[in-house]
Amino acid sequence: MLYVVVSFLWVSLWFYLLFGGADFGAGILELFTRTRNKSRTRRTMYRAIGPIWEANHMWLIIAIVILFVGFPAIYATMSTALHIPLIIMLLGIIARGTAFAFRHYDAVVDDMQQLYSKIFTWSSLITPLFLGIIAGSAVSGKIDTTPENFLEGYIFNWLDWFTIAVGCFTVAICAFLAAVFLIGEATGEKDKRRFIAKAKTSNIAAFVAGALVFIAARYEDIPLTSWIFGNWVGRLSILSASLSLVLLWYLLGKGKVKILPLLAGFQVTMILLSVTYVHFPKIVLLKGGNYLSLMEHHGEARTMESLGWALLIGSIFILPALFYLLYSFRKSAKKLAGS
Amino acid sequence: MDNFIAARSQMALSLGFHIIFSCIGMVMPFFMAVSHFIYLKTGNVLYKNITRAWSKGVAIFFATGAVSGTVLSFELGLLWPAFMEHAGPIFGMPFSLEGTAFFVEAIALGFYLYGWDKFNKWFHWATGVVVGVSGLLSGILVVAANAWMNNPKGFDFINGAYLNIDPIKAMFNDAWFSQALHMCIAAFAATGFAVAGVHALMIYRKKNVSFHAGAFRIAAIFACVAAILQPLSGDISAKNVARLQPAKLAAMEAVLKTETSAPLIIGGIPDSVSGQVNYAIKLPGMLSYMAYGDFNATVKGYDQIPEDQHPPLLITHISFQLMVALGMFMLLIALLYLVIILKKKSWQKKKWLLKLFILATPLGFIAVEAGWTVTEVGRQPWIIYGIMKTSEAVTPMPGIPYTFYIFTAVYLSLSFVVIFMLYRQIKMVDKLYDTPLYTTS
Repeated sequence: MLYVVVSFLWVSLWFYLLFGGADFGAGILELFTRTRNKSRTRRTMYRAIGPIWEANHMWLIIAIVILFVGFPAIYATMSTALHIPLIIMLLGIIARGTAFAFRHYDAVVDDMQQLYSKIFTWSSLITPLFLGIIAGSAVSGKIDTTPENFLEGYIFNWLDWFTIAVGCFTVAICAFLAAVFLIGEATGEKDKRRFIAKAKTSNIAAFVAGALVFIAARYEDIPLTSWIFGNWVGRLSILSASLSLVLLWYLLGKGKVKILPLLAGFQVTMILLSVTYVHFPKIVLLKGGNYLSLMEHHGEARTMESLGWALLIGSIFILPALFYLLYSFRKSAKKLAGS
Repeated sequence: MDNFIAARSQMALSLGFHIIFSCIGMVMPFFMAVSHFIYLKTGNVLYKNITRAWSKGVAIFFATGAVSGTVLSFELGLLWPAFMEHAGPIFGMPFSLEGTAFFVEAIALGFYLYGWDKFNKWFHWATGVVVGVSGLLSGILVVAANAWMNNPKGFDFINGAYLNIDPIKAMFNDAWFSQALHMCIAAFAATGFAVAGVHALMIYRKKNVSFHAGAFRIAAIFACVAAILQPLSGDISAKNVARLQPAKLAAMEAVLKTETSAPLIIGGIPDSVSGQVNYAIKLPGMLSYMAYGDFNATVKGYDQIPEDQHPPLLITHISFQLMVALGMFMLLIALLYLVIILKKKSWQKKKWLLKLFILATPLGFIAVEAGWTVTEVGRQPWIIYGIMKTSEAVTPMPGIPYTFYIFTAVYLSLSFVVIFMLYRQIKMVDKLYDTPLYTTS
């Protein structure tokens, strides 16, 4: 059952990165859209993610519940040491979720819309930035469970060049996912071209940010290169991601957009796979070579058993319904695009 | 403000905020589904418009409830890491099921809000019902987790270690049923009175009267049925507390001295120094009867509870009195309204009736907040009753007052914005819904 639970944890992180990431990305793209095109970007976005908006963010809740039920020591350690970035991320989640709903459902359309939009787009940037920072600090090996002072215990364990670079990389990936997903949703040729251009820019940004992550890792003495390229899974996933990237650029140039979302999703999946594989089952690297491991720091057998069953039974309800939701709105969006 | 008080305040603030949004988010879908059902059955567009107006309210409240719920799932660890480290594996079962219920609710809401004219009309209606049912299930599950803190079951506590964990037994602890029942009915009553009150105000002001009258009726009937059932579930709850948490009962009822045939104390300000409750009405023997079904039963007072295990007396007692008083007031309105719709239809348009409902708009939620104060403050000093003290669970991270101030500012401004949006939603009713030609957005 432990493996079932661990798989669900990975899958919910994966889906959160893909779908939640694309959601964040849509806001980031809007932030970097020229004012006159903003409302068009927004309309495309609502059509694309409106119906599944709430569902996309449930993956984070699933992941956190798995963590605190199944791996309480890991949850407790992380939420103590990473208190500050978690709080900032939470404030981002509050601001973003409410601004999105307010903007869409406010009965009167006036200047308030600009305020909602400003809050929405900026929090769309800040939230994944801090998600990235949190992910980066889990492996940067600076979390100290018995800190000597405040700065060491609660600030410099998450704030360094490496985690900031990971944060920027996460932001770029989100924007890239969103741009690619939105190409297919655009109704006019002009919009489509706009999103293709955005996909290219954000892909370059992701590439640059990715390079920065490696440079920052070197600077902070984190053996990232050997983590990623030191094993077959890492090498293979980076190689296949790169190959699919070439294909993606070729198709972008040709304007053939059908399988682009799959390719973009594949690349992000490969990145997540390579970075999680090398540490598995370790999930947090602590200062001084200690670590927290999914295989060692889990709850009692009975807990894992019932958690596993709850997740399995839950997925029987969730997955078909989610699939049908995506399918039926995709169909009606196509009809709209065709007419 | 020290760290511990700040952490408790931040938790109270977050829960107090979340509880309002989640109550509305789980109850309003039922109103919406009833109105939608009437529309589908009669074809009366008025009810379609009511449904659509309410569904926007549901969307706003669900979104706000969802983010404040996400925040809470993190805050449990951010503020009480030691508690979660031990409690997580034990009381996690309802949370993992709640994840599913919440997820299903989000999916169903996607279908419902974006599904007008896209699906078979009954399928579309059913997705609205699923929103309500899964929302209600989420609520029950979360309350079951809270009930475990009052009645920790499903493990053996040996020498400070939590052994032989049984998550199913923990979920079905002895407090979950009475607490979940009381909370669910409270959610219906509070949301019903709040919604009915807003529509009553609009009828009173003669704005879009047919629209608001239809909406008022649905909400008021839900509110009144719930308000009539609530004292019964309250009785079950009180007996449950008497059995499981005598200290909480003593605080609620301001029982300072252990007594046989203890009086029911109504109102009053307890003075723990003199051991007296001043300015109170006392009904001899009633507390013993209400708590144990026997006029001569002994009720444990503060004098027989170790001092370091006393819950804060004044807050718990006053919150409890407030909750009961408001509950009784709503019960009276409910009985009156029931008589009116069954026997005295001509009174339905009376101004005083509308005024009464306008007055009752916030009362349900004030009672909900007071009730939560009773159950949470009344459990102190424990975070896990009899096992772990709240002060042992608090995070070692300093500077919590600052995050408390930030969260206060955020939640206050969010509340203002939501009220502001509802105001605008209602102001726009004539433009959006008063033309019979209105079909899709």
